[in-house]
Amino acid sequence: MDVARTEVRAGRPRTPAPGKSAARLALLVVPVVFFALFFAYPVAAIVARGLKVDGAWQLGRVGEVLAQSDIRHVLWFTTWQALVSTALTLLIALPGAYVFARFDFRGKQVLRAVITVPFVLPTVVVGTAFLALVGRGGLLDELWGVRLDTTVWAILLAHVFFNYAVVVRTVGGLWSQLDPRQEEAARVLGASRLAAWRKVTLPALGPAVAAAALMVFLFTFTSFGVVQILGGPTFATLEVEIYRQTSEIFDLSTAAVLTMIQFVAVGAILAVHAWTVRRRETALRLVDASVTARRPRGAGQWALLAAVLGTAAVLLVLPLAVLVQRSLDAPGFAYYKALTSDESGVFLVPPIEAVGNSLQYALAATALALLIGGLAAAALTRRDAGRLIRGFDALLMLPLGVSAVTVGFGFLIALDEPPLDLRSSWILVPLAQALVGVPFVVRTMLPVLRAVDVRLREAAAVLGASPWRVWREVDLPMVRRALLVAAGFAFAVSLGEFGATVFIARPDNPTLPVAVARLLGRAGELNYGQAMALSTILMVVCAVALLLLERIRTDRTGEF
Amino acid sequence: MLELDEATVRFGGRTALDAVGLDVAEHEIVCVLGPSGSGKSTLLRVVAGLQPLDSGRVFLDGRDLGGVPAHKRGVGLMFQDHQLFPQRDVGGNVAFGLRMHGASKAQQGIRVRELLELVGLPGAASRAIASLSGGEQQRVALARALAPRPRLLMLDEPLGQLDRSLRERLVVELRELFSELGTTVLAVTHDQGEAFALADRVVVMRDGRIAQSGTPLEVWQRPADEFVARFLGFENVVGASVSGEAADTPWGKVPMPAGAPQGEVTLLIRPAGVRLVPSAEGLRCTVAARTFRGTHVSVHLQPESAPRLEAACALRDAPEPGDEVGVAFDAAEIVVLDGAPISP
Repeated sequence: MDVARTEVRAGRPRTPAPGKSAARLALLVVPVVFFALFFAYPVAAIVARGLKVDGAWQLGRVGEVLAQSDIRHVLWFTTWQALVSTALTLLIALPGAYVFARFDFRGKQVLRAVITVPFVLPTVVVGTAFLALVGRGGLLDELWGVRLDTTVWAILLAHVFFNYAVVVRTVGGLWSQLDPRQEEAARVLGASRLAAWRKVTLPALGPAVAAAALMVFLFTFTSFGVVQILGGPTFATLEVEIYRQTSEIFDLSTAAVLTMIQFVAVGAILAVHAWTVRRRETALRLVDASVTARRPRGAGQWALLAAVLGTAAVLLVLPLAVLVQRSLDAPGFAYYKALTSDESGVFLVPPIEAVGNSLQYALAATALALLIGGLAAAALTRRDAGRLIRGFDALLMLPLGVSAVTVGFGFLIALDEPPLDLRSSWILVPLAQALVGVPFVVRTMLPVLRAVDVRLREAAAVLGASPWRVWREVDLPMVRRALLVAAGFAFAVSLGEFGATVFIARPDNPTLPVAVARLLGRAGELNYGQAMALSTILMVVCAVALLLLERIRTDRTGEF
Repeated sequence: MLELDEATVRFGGRTALDAVGLDVAEHEIVCVLGPSGSGKSTLLRVVAGLQPLDSGRVFLDGRDLGGVPAHKRGVGLMFQDHQLFPQRDVGGNVAFGLRMHGASKAQQGIRVRELLELVGLPGAASRAIASLSGGEQQRVALARALAPRPRLLMLDEPLGQLDRSLRERLVVELRELFSELGTTVLAVTHDQGEAFALADRVVVMRDGRIAQSGTPLEVWQRPADEFVARFLGFENVVGASVSGEAADTPWGKVPMPAGAPQGEVTLLIRPAGVRLVPSAEGLRCTVAARTFRGTHVSVHLQPESAPRLEAACALRDAPEPGDEVGVAFDAAEIVVLDGAPISP
């Protein structure tokens, strides 16, 4: 079906009207200004602060920093843990992708939502949950005296937990739409089962697997909250090291060099990702996902299903269950009650106020992300857009990978003088959070907008609808669901944003993740228990947001 | 009423419309006929304002449409595959243009009812688009295009995706409807049957240019050149040398109508002008194939050393494949085509 439609379109070359492309560029003005002011400028400012002495660039610092053995150790650790995390995630999640794509079983819809919950959870919550499972005094410690929080395994497992859904969604989503008859055709032509899978299915899945692997690599390469909480003093990723250099050692020039290194690495990962995504857009014969799944047959398939569900239970559900259990581990909801008092002195306000703060910030950030991302997606809708616009498409992904710590600290030092003196403004936090939300909005909206037939818009125009009316009457009704899904993602991501917020959230207005991290940083059982309780609240908010999304989600929306 | 002046559109290196000039008079039904890629859809898009011109001009009622965006042109366009808005019901689709022009709810209601009646779908206003058959969708699309009373209605392959019997019925209905409403219509199609049945005037396009324009009868009887003749399905087209009332062709001497131009020309011999005679008389041929065409039988004849000939004959006279027959030609069915003569 899709193939045929592409051919029809390809047969009708259309040059965009000059006026129309001008209008499209105009749509990009707001996103471009937003990214220039609140992304490029702060990052550039902090790099300049670190590397410019008396107006002269000290590029020699790059070599000096790289010569330090502990920095080289951080680079090496960042890379190998990301590689191992990615490999481990693929190993564990690919069977899951297959099961969710091809098998029909009771409770599948609910389970699909459940396995996605970890992805929208704040990294701080993930860290806390694994601490409760494998850390000091954790479940394993209590049962068998096993502690993993001093080993790299805690980090790796948390990364798998966090990214399981990325692989299942990206790969499984495509897998479920691959026409099984293609494989059957190969079988009829004499290929064995394995050969048919290897020659037909695998090549079709290849780009999706590559894209998912790259996203996992990107997320784990730039991992902050998880490593900050589980890494202890031994293990630090680039992002953690940037945080340490900036806020503990105050060595801005080293931080600037590390930021640039991360920037280059992330740029390279995103370039490869964009390439694989373009390859994925090549014509595949896709069918409705509901017709490809069937009930498992035979002992082997049932065993596979059981193994996947068991893994998901142990790896994804158990940590969250333990988190909840720990938060309740004092008589009479003591930890939750403690959240409402400010006696602990960790904050200027009772920790529970972080919930209200977080919700307000996240709502504002969601509105911003929808506006910016929506405009960008509308401008990028046409596939035949010029190179310039396509380049912007890739640039929009950058905030996903560029050091959030740098952005947060950059906000502090760059946006502190008129006309952009936002230091004391509440909008600073939503602005930083919206930066991370925009890529999700664009990635969710773009496929849907691109799927709207151009001729529907033309039909509306010929009937007298102005371009604005066309958007309202044709595009909006079709993307409304995608818009809601995008809003949900932006909301969850904003809610969980930690790296940048930790710098700019004011002590009397902490957000949930910041409050959790600060509580964990304090000794004492009550603080630990409160961290668990706050994490549980945060998890419930995110999970509820996601479960609402699952109800309205369409099969077409998005890559996440 | 509609006037195109040297309208030119280029896609990269390809010229989709090449200095096309075309006039459509008030109340006229003009059908643009051509193979795919001949530029006929581009022509409609240019008039609708969906495709900018590279050069040339378009006038509607004497007003230059250059710079007027699609939504302000006041023309109607029925898309090839209808492009009904899937999230609205039938009534919502038909009312769309009225709403865009600021009609009140009451006016919309009246007009929607009126139009659905007109296209033969009374009471269908609340039906979902997905529940409509192809023919019903076509009617809704027509009602939607007609609703805002466009000055000019354009149809892009209006019946293209429907099955044959429905198509034949609808084409008659459309023609009746348009003459009743006095609508000015510009339609494009690749189907000659559709064009001849629908149009007051047929315009044949080739590679972005107009190859011929005339009434269906004129175009059918006197195709302008070899391209038009072959596009209309005629196969007996050859180069010939005319002297007096006869012409030299690969099929031998052929009688010519009086007053035929002399010298090297291209000839069309319509199948009806190829008469079958006993094999001892005339050009000797073997019957290679025959195709039943409903009203007649089309017979493909292979002469001994000449290109194949197509003949039309009554069912009961049709020879069997492999039969030996003779062929004679009828001067009344022979047409001299314009354009460069092909060498005999």
